[in-house]
Amino acid sequence: MTIVNAVVQGIFLGAFYAVLACGLSIMFGVMRIINLAHGDVAVLGAYVVFVIVDSTGMSPFVAFVVALPVMIVLGYVLQLTILERSLKSGILTPLLATFGLSIVIQNLLLIKFSPDVRSLGGNAGAVTTSSWQVTSGLSVSALGLVILVVAVLLFGALQLFLSRTPAGWKMRATAEDADAAELVGINSRDVYARATALAVAIAALGGLFLAIRSVFDPLSGPTQLIFAFEAVVIGGMGSLWGTLLGGLALGVAQTVGAQINPEYSVLTGHLLFLAVLIVRYGGVRVSLRTAR
Amino acid sequence: MRVRRWTRTSKGFTGATIAIAILLATVPLVFDPNVVQKLTNLLILVLLASMWNALAGYGGLLSVGQQAFIGIGAYGTVFFAGFGVSPYPAMVLATLVAGLISIPISFLALRLRAAQFAIGMWVIAEVISIFVRLDQNLGAGTGISLIQLNQYAPNFRQAYTFWLALAFTVIFLAALFVLLRSPLGLSLQAIRDDEDAARSLGVRVASRKRLLFVLAGFGCGAAGVLIGANTLFIETGSIFSVQWSAYMIFMVLVGGLGTFEGPILGAILLFGIQTTFTQGGPWYLVGLGATATLFALALPRGIWGTIEERLGLRLLPVGYRVVEMKREETTA
Repeated sequence: MTIVNAVVQGIFLGAFYAVLACGLSIMFGVMRIINLAHGDVAVLGAYVVFVIVDSTGMSPFVAFVVALPVMIVLGYVLQLTILERSLKSGILTPLLATFGLSIVIQNLLLIKFSPDVRSLGGNAGAVTTSSWQVTSGLSVSALGLVILVVAVLLFGALQLFLSRTPAGWKMRATAEDADAAELVGINSRDVYARATALAVAIAALGGLFLAIRSVFDPLSGPTQLIFAFEAVVIGGMGSLWGTLLGGLALGVAQTVGAQINPEYSVLTGHLLFLAVLIVRYGGVRVSLRTAR
Repeated sequence: MRVRRWTRTSKGFTGATIAIAILLATVPLVFDPNVVQKLTNLLILVLLASMWNALAGYGGLLSVGQQAFIGIGAYGTVFFAGFGVSPYPAMVLATLVAGLISIPISFLALRLRAAQFAIGMWVIAEVISIFVRLDQNLGAGTGISLIQLNQYAPNFRQAYTFWLALAFTVIFLAALFVLLRSPLGLSLQAIRDDEDAARSLGVRVASRKRLLFVLAGFGCGAAGVLIGANTLFIETGSIFSVQWSAYMIFMVLVGGLGTFEGPILGAILLFGIQTTFTQGGPWYLVGLGATATLFALALPRGIWGTIEERLGLRLLPVGYRVVEMKREETTA
């Protein structure tokens, strides 16, 4: 029974990782770049929500809606100032530029908010405390359920956006071949800026969940980035639904690992990620082919 | 036309570099231990920057996880010293171990490209750090002191550590210099300029990259050993910190990615900044991060790369240059 409980809790945890990873997956899908400041952007989002909650006393969920326009504008600015320039030169430049940005964000947060650990769990009301005892060994928390439902809705909405709306078609066309898309009149600059704005907004949602379900501090970003990237890779880079499944797999790996020994939680997640890399790039497929 | 490697300036400067290295060996005899410790730090930075540049500048491998080898070097020293090996031989052993571990790691890591490699290395560093933290004998994450070094009087200890740092720096930089000037180095510089084109011309890209990866494994391991010896206390949180990668990226980007001299210049600059802003603190890191981003976007070849381009200056020549011959030479 404990293992069933661990898997269920892992799915809830994994849904959170999937939300964190979603923006990373979008940016990689559309622009083929990985934003190394993605985790810090999520934490920045958490702080924006924190400031609004702190000064108005409103619910973090409402505060997130208020913060959303700020984050979208931030996404546009990030694209126009840093990412657009970095896209023009080599595959290493976006990584170098966003790594520098990551350090800047972390330390600006450190200056503004001090290294204190914070949480919005207490401000979110009943959702963080209520849970249902399904059987003696299995309980389902309301918050876990909310995050899972939001994650599934988020990926579903993105699927609809990409397959049913003209803006989504443009994004897919640009992802497929930016030059060809330009030829048929799509402004790739505009599409890229939208993709980044979308990614930053979703990262902020990840930041909101981080703040409600656990604690955060100015240096929480890199860990979030690693988990998000692991989810993207486990699910298969460039696949949106894959990212959701990758997030869930990472979450389950961590909680099942924690079941064996609490200290193994993060470790088993890392090992799953490395195992996926070995299977996918480690020549296993090649050896199967030559064996035939 | 004629192809040349050496110029009068570069001959003079390479000679001067050798002279400086010899002169540096006398530092512990002249200065007090405090200064010696600071200069040891400078050598560590030079070593780290050059190794990171070997990876990124010549192999196109941007690693955010070289702290894996730094940590292995530092903890390896503690590990061997715990078995009764005397401290300085333990440091050499730990360097070898860090370098040897990089070989199996390379078979996984080098299959990855760009961001996958960068973050893959980071995760590998995290995994190694977790394993160290789970080990009670290595202090279980609360940190551990290199008590075995207490058998030496502080000024002797500082001198030995400095000499070891100087030896490591000279060995690894000389190895890189010789490597880059060999026919092998020519293929490395071809990979730096255009990996796909190099491959199509028959350069064995994978084995060349492995060579650089393992060299950087040894070099970063050596740097880790020295960091441990220079600070006398190591702790997983700081020795496996991604901050090391941040420093390496800063030094190489500012100094000049893919140039031999650039990372040395970058290390001296970072050393200067660190000694000026001794308090460190967040504003200093904001400055480092912002500068790195600015250089990546606006001056991708760094200070030295730009000087080289504008003035055609080569001080430690690893490439060739085409020079116009004088009329009498052509007719002769």
